[in-house]
Amino acid sequence: MFDVLVIGGGVIGASVLRELSKYDLKICLLEKESDVCMGASRANSGVVHAGFDAAEGTLKAKFNVEGNLMMEGICKELGVKYKKNGSLVVAFSDEDLNTLQSLKARGEANGVGELEIISAEELRELEPNLSDEAVGALYAKTGGIVCPYELTISLIGNAMDNGAVLYTDFEAVSAKKEKGAFTVTASDGRQVQGKIVVNCAGLYSGKVAEFFGDDSIKIGARKGEYILLDRECAGFVTRTLFFTPTKLGKGVLVLPTVDNNILLGPTAEEMDIPDTETTQEGLNWVIEKAKKMCKNIPFYNTITSFAGIRAYSDRHDFIVEKSPKVEGLINCAGIESPGLTSAPAIAKYVVNGLIGALLPLNKNVEFNPYRRPDYFFKNLTDEEKNQIIKKDPTYGRIICRCEQITEGEIICACTENPRATTVDGVKRRTRAGMGRCQGGFCQPYVAEIIAKCNNLPLTEVTKSGKKSNLLQGVSK
Amino acid sequence: MKHDIVIIGGGPAGLAAAVAAFDGGVKDVVILERGEELGGILNQCIHNGFGLTRFKESLSGPEYAERFIDKVRERGIKYYLETTVISLDKNKTVKAVNPELGFFTIEAKSIILAMGCRERSRGALNVAGTRPAGIYSAGTAQKYVNVKGYMPGKEVVILGSGDIGLIMARRMTLEGAKVHAVCEIMPYSSGLKRNIVQCLDDFGIPLYLNHTITKIEGTDRVTGVTISEVDAQKRPITGTERHFSCDTVLFSVGLIPENELTKSCGITLSPKTRGAVVSQTRETMERGIFACGNVLQVHDLVDFVSEEAEIAGRYSAQYVLNGEGVYDFLDTQAGDNISYVLPQKINKGVDGNVKLFFRVKNTFKNCTIRIKSGNEVILERKKKIAVPGEMETLILTADKVQNLSSPVTVELEV
Repeated sequence: MFDVLVIGGGVIGASVLRELSKYDLKICLLEKESDVCMGASRANSGVVHAGFDAAEGTLKAKFNVEGNLMMEGICKELGVKYKKNGSLVVAFSDEDLNTLQSLKARGEANGVGELEIISAEELRELEPNLSDEAVGALYAKTGGIVCPYELTISLIGNAMDNGAVLYTDFEAVSAKKEKGAFTVTASDGRQVQGKIVVNCAGLYSGKVAEFFGDDSIKIGARKGEYILLDRECAGFVTRTLFFTPTKLGKGVLVLPTVDNNILLGPTAEEMDIPDTETTQEGLNWVIEKAKKMCKNIPFYNTITSFAGIRAYSDRHDFIVEKSPKVEGLINCAGIESPGLTSAPAIAKYVVNGLIGALLPLNKNVEFNPYRRPDYFFKNLTDEEKNQIIKKDPTYGRIICRCEQITEGEIICACTENPRATTVDGVKRRTRAGMGRCQGGFCQPYVAEIIAKCNNLPLTEVTKSGKKSNLLQGVSK
Repeated sequence: MKHDIVIIGGGPAGLAAAVAAFDGGVKDVVILERGEELGGILNQCIHNGFGLTRFKESLSGPEYAERFIDKVRERGIKYYLETTVISLDKNKTVKAVNPELGFFTIEAKSIILAMGCRERSRGALNVAGTRPAGIYSAGTAQKYVNVKGYMPGKEVVILGSGDIGLIMARRMTLEGAKVHAVCEIMPYSSGLKRNIVQCLDDFGIPLYLNHTITKIEGTDRVTGVTISEVDAQKRPITGTERHFSCDTVLFSVGLIPENELTKSCGITLSPKTRGAVVSQTRETMERGIFACGNVLQVHDLVDFVSEEAEIAGRYSAQYVLNGEGVYDFLDTQAGDNISYVLPQKINKGVDGNVKLFFRVKNTFKNCTIRIKSGNEVILERKKKIAVPGEMETLILTADKVQNLSSPVTVELEV
């Protein structure tokens, strides 16, 4: 019997789990996929928003501003890359310039600091590759970037290091409540018991709430397609560039990632049946819009394109509340943008505010906010690296040449919380296969390491779980 | 650590360069190879056809490599395996890492870049659809089949008619897979004619020219692709879609010289070859740093890689023994219907003939290839056929080189 079950291993579930692991509680994360971070949190812009976007008084505004202030500290503890690169909302017309004034006022009302309207000249000095048509911008110095899957995986890993339990391939399909505790059943028949359930199931949070007996949540899905450029383009832009929002929507972003790639996107396509296919129209639209934002975009350095799904609710604000229907169920749903930024603040509120009202929260005296140093091999000096290589020569063998990832780091990803069991899992934890050759050289080696660490034949190794086997038998 | 000549890469280019440098009089030569063995990509090319030009016999890739590895061993040339070069600077300091030594640096008198190339991936093309398992570049599939002994799939569609794609169409067929189609967006194949005949025609595998994959399907594993014909602007033509059920898509859509180290060192690159700008000695625009093989220009035949590497090795040795020579550069340039010319510079300070390598932009029949210096035609050759997939060469004799006074242009007239 667990004290708290968290359903959904995205950034919200991960943040809640890690916040819970600070207390003396038995906690468990239920994830329906073979790995954590497989939904919205694995494919989004990675922007840590300043907080001028959401209307005053909304949960979005409140959690965004709080989360923005918390993000740097959390990333530092977990060794997750974070950069306060600043955001620019770029105006292309007088009308846009007017909108910037109201955005600035809204941001100030929300409590966002360091907001400034800058001229076209100042703008060009900051971002020389910006379009000549730009006439000014709102500069939010507190805007930042983070790697969303690195953050999510690290939060879960740290929570597990502090005692949290993870069940993968656990697709919750039904729940019943008896004697003040929930029994949640998975599609494969496994069962788990918990006193409190936090529903962080993203796209599926409406469905999950429903089988608990709460039909109050209506979720829609929006697809976003992206194009990623080689980190050889580092410095093409250094800040996150937004179009000024109009009635027609927000347009695409052009921004650097913490790993020095350049990211273009997303589209915003309403989906009846969610999928993560890229489309020719979508990618062309991204290219067209990005070209309006910047000149001379080095598209020849494209290394991949992808799509992510974001969930939104019919309330058009975050839902972070005790279920109005089911005692002991807490819903975190409709967490669209700025959900990533808001995650730490949402988690704090859910744990201290909502769970604290239901369960005693006693400090976990052994809680360690830091991750094992093995994760930070890349950041060490050559001398420090050589000391590790002397003890473990696998750290001297580079497997992914594009991102310079060693065998030791990949083994670490396959053996440390939360363990990678798939090629994509290794990729999201280490960046092996994320570079310009997209795994062309390293994939066979990564697959062999996964097979060895998990005691599997190579033919059983998958790209991302289920039936995504890399190979279809042996050659003659 | 100090060595006279450091060669980055132990594939065909690095091996031939090492032997030539040694035979050129420099005994302190060291090869840094990131793989587990010498030979580079040849180790996975178990088909034959290698060495026809150089050895007048048909060898497999590993056999071809072995001839050079033997020479390296006979000479006692030092090599480090599983050793990845991390950085390189203009002072010729090379930083590398391997499991045994950890991170270490070598100060060299001369460096030969021989890192080869990589395959362009699906991602670089923005091919729409899902991202399931079963999408490989042709070389990755070749590694799985020939080295690891596994089948990447059973029902295959190949995009791109580069040589590796053609070879893999045959290889997968021989291994019992069904190759449904090879699609090529261009109106011609970028592969060698002999590979079209021996790998596709002989096995009845259809080649769809002017076609591309417009959608990939499948959630866990690939389940199918849609291909479409393209117009002159390479845009898919609506109504020409054709669907294939398959579990595997192979990409053979071009090779890119792996010049990240070259770039980080600040060596001038050619936007056309995506390799370093060199003179006929294969010296880059940094004195004492040479480049050869596929890191310099993507060759069709390994025989030419060896030939080019020997030039680099020989002149690298001369650089170490004699120091800087005389530098008196003239540019070469690609004229009408020519996509690039290498070397990009002719150094008149160096004696001897200069062999110009170049590629034509399209398929041409009964054409004339001309070399001009300024407006003066200095060499002319008639060709029955010239295709982009086969590199062309012409030799400027030493006397002609000495008389050059204006930039050299190679052009093709139909």
